[in-house]
Amino acid sequence: MKLGERAVQGFLAFCGALSIFTTIGIVAVLLFESLQFFRHVPVWQFLTDREWSPLFLEKHFGIAPLLLGTLLTTLIAVVVALPLGLLSAIFLAEYASPRVRGVVKPVMEILAGVPTVVYGYFALLFVTPVLQKIVPGLQGFNALSPGIVMGIMILPMVASLSEDAIYAVPQSLRDAAYALGSSKFQVALKVMIPAAFSGITASVILAVSRAIGETMIVAIAAGQQPVLTANPLVPVETMTAYIVQVSLGDTPYGTLEYQTIFVVGLSLFALTFILNLVSHRLKRKFYERYA
Amino acid sequence: MVTIAPAAAPRPKLQVQAAPVEPVIRVEALSAWYGSHQVLESVSFDIAPNHITAIIGPSGCGKSTLIRCFNRMNDFVPAFRHTGGISFRGGDIHDKSVDPMEIRLRIGMVFQKPNPFPKSIYENVAYGPRLLGVRRRGELDAIVEDNLRKAFLWDEVKGEMNKSALELSGGQQQRLCIARALAVEPEVLLLDEPCSAIDPIGTAKIEELLREIKARYTIVMVTHNMQQAARVSDFTAFLYEGVLIEFGETAKLFEKPEHKRTEDYITGRFG
Amino acid sequence: MRIPDAALGRLIASQHRRERWFRVLAASAVVFALLVLVVFLADVFADGVPRLNWQFLTSFPSRKPEQAGILAALAGSVYLVILTAALAVPLGIGAAVYLEEYARDNFFTRLIEVNIANLAGVPSIIYGILGLELFVRFMVLERSLIAGALTMALLILPIVILASREALRAVPKSLREASYALGATRWQTTRHHVLPLALPGMLTGIILALSRAIGETAPLIMLGALTYVAFLPTGLKSPFTALPIQIFNWVSRPQAEFAINAAAGIVVLLIILLSMNAIAIWLRNKYQRKYQW
Repeated sequence: MKLGERAVQGFLAFCGALSIFTTIGIVAVLLFESLQFFRHVPVWQFLTDREWSPLFLEKHFGIAPLLLGTLLTTLIAVVVALPLGLLSAIFLAEYASPRVRGVVKPVMEILAGVPTVVYGYFALLFVTPVLQKIVPGLQGFNALSPGIVMGIMILPMVASLSEDAIYAVPQSLRDAAYALGSSKFQVALKVMIPAAFSGITASVILAVSRAIGETMIVAIAAGQQPVLTANPLVPVETMTAYIVQVSLGDTPYGTLEYQTIFVVGLSLFALTFILNLVSHRLKRKFYERYA
Repeated sequence: MVTIAPAAAPRPKLQVQAAPVEPVIRVEALSAWYGSHQVLESVSFDIAPNHITAIIGPSGCGKSTLIRCFNRMNDFVPAFRHTGGISFRGGDIHDKSVDPMEIRLRIGMVFQKPNPFPKSIYENVAYGPRLLGVRRRGELDAIVEDNLRKAFLWDEVKGEMNKSALELSGGQQQRLCIARALAVEPEVLLLDEPCSAIDPIGTAKIEELLREIKARYTIVMVTHNMQQAARVSDFTAFLYEGVLIEFGETAKLFEKPEHKRTEDYITGRFG
Repeated sequence: MRIPDAALGRLIASQHRRERWFRVLAASAVVFALLVLVVFLADVFADGVPRLNWQFLTSFPSRKPEQAGILAALAGSVYLVILTAALAVPLGIGAAVYLEEYARDNFFTRLIEVNIANLAGVPSIIYGILGLELFVRFMVLERSLIAGALTMALLILPIVILASREALRAVPKSLREASYALGATRWQTTRHHVLPLALPGMLTGIILALSRAIGETAPLIMLGALTYVAFLPTGLKSPFTALPIQIFNWVSRPQAEFAINAAAGIVVLLIILLSMNAIAIWLRNKYQRKYQW
């Protein structure tokens, strides 16, 4: 029996260790191929060149356009998701009756569960045509439309995590504020939100990380033209969309162009990893304070 | 919804040092329930202006519930209901025309466990005045200093107004909460066992400041510490299991209580 | 310095006005989110439902939109999710059991937990890159169903582990203690007492994780799930396609008729997801009532 127990425990430990192997695998794959890449393209060129055109005759390997494309769409997403998500969180935490919550929360979960390829469809075939009627000069592929749709996609995340943060603030602070003659609005805005601030920030950072890693919405609706621009009305290309573009093409394995997948992937991984780390640290500090 | 039941027997007029005086708050046959559990039973007494009234009694006797009725903080508890009435300045506080916000601006409260906002010392005290529309920096500075002085806290924090309130000691935080409550210039200050979480030195400071400010405010203090009630208050109400056993001038209640139960409690026969 | 009653009255009246405005604003945010969902769904159903017919469900892709169908994609998705479940469920439950029942609070355990938390936040396309190098190339599995399943299993593993751990935690400690007191080993306790009670809760989490897997597109693109598959998968090493891939492919075509095909494909996908979520919620409700500790 002892041997059987040992075997079971060994298998279970292996299951647990799989996560470590996965992380090692990801880092190893990204690093290995990226190092090959950097043998031909110096790192400083990768970071500072202002053009990205590995698939053209005159090749440039500057990450900046892709990075900017990612940041532009993400920024638009945050501009949509932050106020709407925060207001939703306040509404759910301070104003909504249990019956209303029972309706709103499942709807938020549905919003969060829609596959991103479906959101991409909406961005390209619904939002862009509608916006083109309002916004002059909006092209068929642009950053505005996927940005807005990404914002709607991460809105439930911001709302739900911010609501958790507001709930964690002790009732005694609400008591103090009401006892001073505050209205509900003042309590929410002047006491609860500031008190929940780092918890809310952690949730926003997590949502940003999610938007940065998002692929299908931008692959479908943002375009495939890496440009160094802050104009949301023209096509841009994000890091994730570029990776998809190369995969769908027929770039042969082992070439420099193929290795760009990994070096862009490494940048993406590093970016989201840092953001997730910051978010978790902030969140842990916040909840420890009110535990 | 509110019926003021007539008192069972004519209630003696509130007297301060043998002179009749109009009460600031009048409690009239107040009974209260949380759900089906009754916490107060037909409590009637008056709060004298510019004096300190203590409410004493063993744990669970309804002291906190009673005091939270005065500023309608019990409105936030869904299961709470009451009969009888509380009038402030002659008007029923539960009347439909009365805004609870107005009551709370006139009747302030300090809680058992200090609950400063996680903001700076300055911002804590400035919160109330800002609510009331005070915007100019100079005016706010003056109000903040004035109230921190009243709370005997100014000298200790005057150079560090931007420090977080949470870095203060427990006693200092409670004095900050008192300053914060005073900053909206209430007429009445309710204190719910303000010193139970504070060390003896902090307690002494708070008791002293209450004595200082009572000339400008009316103070109602719940305490489980009888010596504190005897030291600080002018009037004392003794509550036992939701019933007001005795109410009167503190000196008289502690030296020559009229009811045996009062005497038992004061002499420590039960806690 | 006390504010006179009249001024106070005016102040409070203005506070109440602002309060009303804010309440409307906050409610509007929620209403907007609801509205967006309703509008999106109405739009895609309006375009997609008319296209849904037997032909659509049983045809292979075609260059002509009227003749195209999702048979290969549906089959691929079904095979894929079954294989993914076969991999992710035992491994995920195993990891959860290890962390909840066996692991001590040491560096190794904390390392595992940190990794799981981190992996939950890694973009799905990165998993695709991993799968491409590790399964398709290194293990020479080629662009196959099994490579897809392995990759998707890794992707949803953190979710399965998290949900399973919660289900295990919901089982009261006293049950385990009673079993140990009778001399049972840890595995016997887990297998005979803890797991049966935790399984329904785990099932809910697993179904939700699988519904996430069905909707994922990016990793499959990396692995080379083909977009023009005119056959059903023939085996583990067979090339394949999946519903989201097919939708993506149709959305990317300029012709308006393909957009309608995409809408129809989305309707099918959403119906599948809705069913899975409904089952998961029904399971959760059914077993929550049963095990009222």
